[in-house]
Amino acid sequence: MLGFLLRRFGTVLLTALCLTFIVFFLTNLPPNLEKLAKTEAGSRISDEEVASWLDKNGYSSPVLVRYGEWLGVVPGWTREADGVKTGRCIAPGMEPADAPRYCGIFQGDWGFSTFFKSPVSEKLGYHLGLTGILMFWVMVVMVPVSLIIGVLAGMREGSKLDRTLSTVSIASTATPEYVSGVILIAVFASSMFGLKWFKGTATGAMDHITFDNFFLPVITIALYGIGYIARMTRASMTEVMTAQYIRTARLKGVSFKNVVMKHALRNALIAPFTVIMLQFPWLLNGVVIVESLFSYKGFGWTLVQAAGNNDINLLLGCSVVAVVVVLVTQLISDIGYVYLNPRIRIS
Amino acid sequence: MENLGSGGIIVAVVKQFWPVWIALALTFAVSFRFKRRLGLYGKLFDSTIAMIGFALVMFWVFTAIFADMIVTYDVLAQISQMKNKVPGTATPDGAGWYLLGGDHLGRDVFSRMVMGSRVVIIIAPFATVFAFMVGITLGLPAGYYGGRLDAFLSFLANLILAFPVILLFYLLVTREIVETGVPQYMAVVLFLFPIAFLLVLINSRYYVTPVLRNTLVLAVVIVGGYIYLSLVSEDGTKIAVLPNAIDLIHMPGNILIVFVSVVFVNAPTVFRIVRGIVLDIKTRDYVAAGQTRGERPWYIMIWEILPNARGPLIVDFCLRIGYTTILLGTLGFFGLGLTPESPDWGSTINAGRKLITIAQHPAIVPALALMSLVLGLNLLADGLREESLKD
Repeated sequence: MLGFLLRRFGTVLLTALCLTFIVFFLTNLPPNLEKLAKTEAGSRISDEEVASWLDKNGYSSPVLVRYGEWLGVVPGWTREADGVKTGRCIAPGMEPADAPRYCGIFQGDWGFSTFFKSPVSEKLGYHLGLTGILMFWVMVVMVPVSLIIGVLAGMREGSKLDRTLSTVSIASTATPEYVSGVILIAVFASSMFGLKWFKGTATGAMDHITFDNFFLPVITIALYGIGYIARMTRASMTEVMTAQYIRTARLKGVSFKNVVMKHALRNALIAPFTVIMLQFPWLLNGVVIVESLFSYKGFGWTLVQAAGNNDINLLLGCSVVAVVVVLVTQLISDIGYVYLNPRIRIS
Repeated sequence: MENLGSGGIIVAVVKQFWPVWIALALTFAVSFRFKRRLGLYGKLFDSTIAMIGFALVMFWVFTAIFADMIVTYDVLAQISQMKNKVPGTATPDGAGWYLLGGDHLGRDVFSRMVMGSRVVIIIAPFATVFAFMVGITLGLPAGYYGGRLDAFLSFLANLILAFPVILLFYLLVTREIVETGVPQYMAVVLFLFPIAFLLVLINSRYYVTPVLRNTLVLAVVIVGGYIYLSLVSEDGTKIAVLPNAIDLIHMPGNILIVFVSVVFVNAPTVFRIVRGIVLDIKTRDYVAAGQTRGERPWYIMIWEILPNARGPLIVDFCLRIGYTTILLGTLGFFGLGLTPESPDWGSTINAGRKLITIAQHPAIVPALALMSLVLGLNLLADGLREESLKD
């Protein structure tokens, strides 16, 4: 078990390094840097001025060195011009002698957001918190509903109930967030049918969550996931229901209700657990779409702003968070699967 | 002319789709007549769910084909009095109606929705085919040989899968990145796979008849190579191998980028599916028999294993076209890649949602269109799965 954990952990670390390097490379391509120089130093500067600005701000060293600096494993750059010493780790107003040698994300320094004019870690923390609340409510709605639908459908395969619920789940997987969101807003929050039950934006929910400003975004994200998890639960449930021990239980006279509740359910819920964990990366997509649609300023909204405004440090921060979320949930799902299913042996 | 009521709108819209109805009726009549002779396709017509799915999909396919006959107005023509007008409003010149209303620039929502189907129906299946070619060409050897090759390829696939799709799109499709030619270089690599696949396919089959094999290989290299160069190179970009005069296929730069990023996102999943199936099938007796006969590995992979993996792959193909459609919509929704005036569904939803409190139909119409196509594909996949499990 320990060897398995260590090996998995090693792969995760390697993947995280590769992914962050790819993002770093793509966000630090020459055109991006040129655009950054122009937004920071004025849009009409000449090519030589761009080059000198980039050199003065430490962007002229090779990309691998800069990646190391950003990670915090290579000493931050320093420049000396006109007797004033500047450097990556020297904050304005700080004595150059006091500055640390390394300052990257390993040291907790995520850089400075050029668009929001504030430190990335501060900005990310605030917006991640908002998304956390959204995700929490999505999970609260999505997991029970999808499990119930899946179990009900899989309990008697081929019945009327199964067909109806399966069609509902197919329809829900066929409706991406931007479609269901638009339809829900039009029906429940606009003058189309005159049903103004909910609010079409969730901006108010950032300070104060109420049922009518938070229901639509939550349900929009949940809807897309429900169908998928329900189908997985159904598949797992139908498989369990045909197992020998279920037949034995039925034959010895256990009632159908008890068979489902006591014998089938526990075994049928192992597979959906993995699926729910692996659903997180998809939820991340949904979050970006829904937050843009409902103007809820969470993580997804920040990502869109960072990407749209060439805010390199913030975008890198966002991708670190996204990549970590994806990899950690994969790891949890692997470990949880082994833990829940004793039949799996790891060599 | 008077504005139409809801009944009038429905009648007019149904009437406008007449070529589609005829084509659908013909398809269904012919398929029903010969359904016992058509294999898996014929079996679709035994299941109601599959038929509904197939009808929805074919509806949009025929709409894309006959789009020029169905549209009532030019997709870019703007009539300023028709801004955000409700469905069924008569145009000021009295020549007709905006059947499903006008959008924020006074363009006909109905015509844009119809034309938008073209973008999806052309890009989505092609991108899925390419993703399958990449996934199959890499997944077969990874599953068959195992070992280091498998470990390396699986690591790469997981790497791409761990990327949040939207971040990837933002990184690949923004203007600065496009300037550096990164998506084009990716196209150079990704588009090689279909040719490689075809070459291996032919070589493994006709290895024993060198003359036939050489002719076929030559044909693939010349035709495929020309299409490849023509697709990849575009005058005035980083890669301009072919001069403009003999460059027949002009893929507008942004469509190429959208295409490449969609293929790139889909290929690793296909790879994983193919690899999983191969791991299962390679333990079968007929594979062992082939190995004992002395068949070469690629012959076994392509001509023994692949045909036996077709069931799950066909089902996944249908699902994946639907997923690609959703991805294309996502790209449009974030205004990435395609031009803003493009009538594709994602972009129109994006334009419409900004004014959704004033006028709902410009966003709702393409949203429902996209949903019905994806739903059709999912129902079709479900029906196919059930029918292929029956025997």
